[in-house]
Amino acid sequence: MIQLSWTSIRASKSYLIPGIILLIVLIILAALPTFGSKYSIIFLSTIYMYIVLTTSWVMFSGPTRQISLATAVFFGIGIYVAAILGMHLPLVVMVLIGGLTSAVMALLVGGLTLRLKGVYFTIFTFGLLELIKNLLNWYEVTFTGTRGRFVVVVDNNAIYLYMLAIVVLTLLTAFLIRRSKYGLALQSIGEQEEAAAHIGINVTLMKVSAFAISAFFMGAAGAVMATRWTYIDPFMAFNMNYSFTPVLMAIFGGAGQLGGVVLGAIFFAYLEQILITKYPYYYMLIFGIVMVVSILYLPNGLAGVFQKWRLRTVGGGNAHS
Amino acid sequence: MLVTILDVGIAGLLMGGLYALIAMGLSLQYGVARVLNIGHGEFIMLGALATWSLHTVLGISPLLSLVVCAPAGFILGYILHRTLYKRLMVTSDSPGIFEGNSMLASFGLLFIIQNLAYLIWGTRYKAYSYLAVPVNLGGALFPANSLVTLGFSLLIGVVFYIFLVRTRMGKAIRAAAQDSSTAGLMGVNINFVLALCFGLGVAMAACAGMLISMNYSVFPSMGMEYTVIAIIVVVLGGLGSIPGSFIGGIILGVIGSIVTYFDAGLALVAYYVIFILLLLLKPTGLMGK
Repeated sequence: MIQLSWTSIRASKSYLIPGIILLIVLIILAALPTFGSKYSIIFLSTIYMYIVLTTSWVMFSGPTRQISLATAVFFGIGIYVAAILGMHLPLVVMVLIGGLTSAVMALLVGGLTLRLKGVYFTIFTFGLLELIKNLLNWYEVTFTGTRGRFVVVVDNNAIYLYMLAIVVLTLLTAFLIRRSKYGLALQSIGEQEEAAAHIGINVTLMKVSAFAISAFFMGAAGAVMATRWTYIDPFMAFNMNYSFTPVLMAIFGGAGQLGGVVLGAIFFAYLEQILITKYPYYYMLIFGIVMVVSILYLPNGLAGVFQKWRLRTVGGGNAHS
Repeated sequence: MLVTILDVGIAGLLMGGLYALIAMGLSLQYGVARVLNIGHGEFIMLGALATWSLHTVLGISPLLSLVVCAPAGFILGYILHRTLYKRLMVTSDSPGIFEGNSMLASFGLLFIIQNLAYLIWGTRYKAYSYLAVPVNLGGALFPANSLVTLGFSLLIGVVFYIFLVRTRMGKAIRAAAQDSSTAGLMGVNINFVLALCFGLGVAMAACAGMLISMNYSVFPSMGMEYTVIAIIVVVLGGLGSIPGSFIGGIILGVIGSIVTYFDAGLALVAYYVIFILLLLLKPTGLMGK
């Protein structure tokens, strides 16, 4: 018990200074639309999108170790909610509906499939994405006559601020889950599911709820980002890359720490920005190479490398960190 | 009516033979080497584009290019397993973690191979005409090249099955599929067997690519479609079962042909519905353990 209270006191102290720095950064970012260039606003919105997708992917797949490729499904549902409802409703309501629709979808899918283990779950989520994409395409072509839809346009600054808010909420949720009993339960499920069930953890409830929470943020981000594209079709909205990119960003940055996740997202969003228009094939080539190299040589991602380096230079550190 | 059923059935068989060949390679890689190779379709694409290049640039007959493509595919796969997947096997804590890591690594390979192909061959669709002559089969006309495709798929399937059942190496492969560490203790050179299976899987993909290039147009992003079909067939037949993959391929081909007869746009949707229902109701597949 003494040990515990010690850590909590130390923890509250050690959060003070990073907390203040984070707050200042947040205020600057929130004020950016008043002085930043249009380019930087659009670029940062993209980075925010990737941070949200990657962080929410890690929220579920990190502790439970079940690799989900359904990110694009939930993101795409958000996009379609915006496309269908955008003309009639304000953006806030649209974002909430986008998030909730994705979360409900995740509850349904998760309830049905989370008993699938390992690669079966992964290929199921992959199949789900393709099923929804092709079904939607077939529906649009046969019943509406056109493949795509137009989305109501929203001011770039509004998109930026909405994305910033979603980023903050996603990171906060991920942080709180990690620090809670709920997060520990998820972690123990990932380590040994049978043992977790034996000590009284409701495995299905935990997994399904985590899946739904992560889907909420993906859907909300989709609803906001849809307004930037003005025109969408099933192949754009349910693009497989939205499933793969978060996985790579998390692996490269280090899924074990939120800082690593954010770092990975920023790095690849930046790389994409500078390479994708001029050299799209080189970008995807680098993408693949980094993925293989990270899996082979960076088991804990960039964050793991930094941590190792810090431990070596400082020559110590908390064994629990 | 009867003629229509026969038509649809034979078209399904022709398609199914190809599906079976694609699935066998993947099934071998997953069933023995435990690598769910999402990049499988990319090796098919490499085989198809290499055949196209050999045919249009050097004038080599597609069927003859098999002599180049299949061994090249095998060597590529063998080296990949000896370097990449071998290292992952050593560094992964448990078989479950290895399956996850190796699957993610094959995603990386997918991007690497596909974009190298874009850089080499460009984005244009490519096709050539070879054996595109109609053959009269019981009153219905079928192109000769799809019949050759079916023949090749059956031949490769049967030869490989005999190799698995009758030879000493086949026995070692079957032992490794059941329990690779125990097989290793029994004196099977396990690293060689696993790399051999991965290489054979790539070689089969290259063969399939050669056959596909005779029938359809080929392009660098064609692989994913075939990967998805292979995964569905492998799940249908039972992950890791070679006869299962073969039967599953034929079944899926016939189903696809029937659905296409009613509404061509729904064929892919039907595949995914089958796939998802299978995973939910019987994830071990038709012939799974």
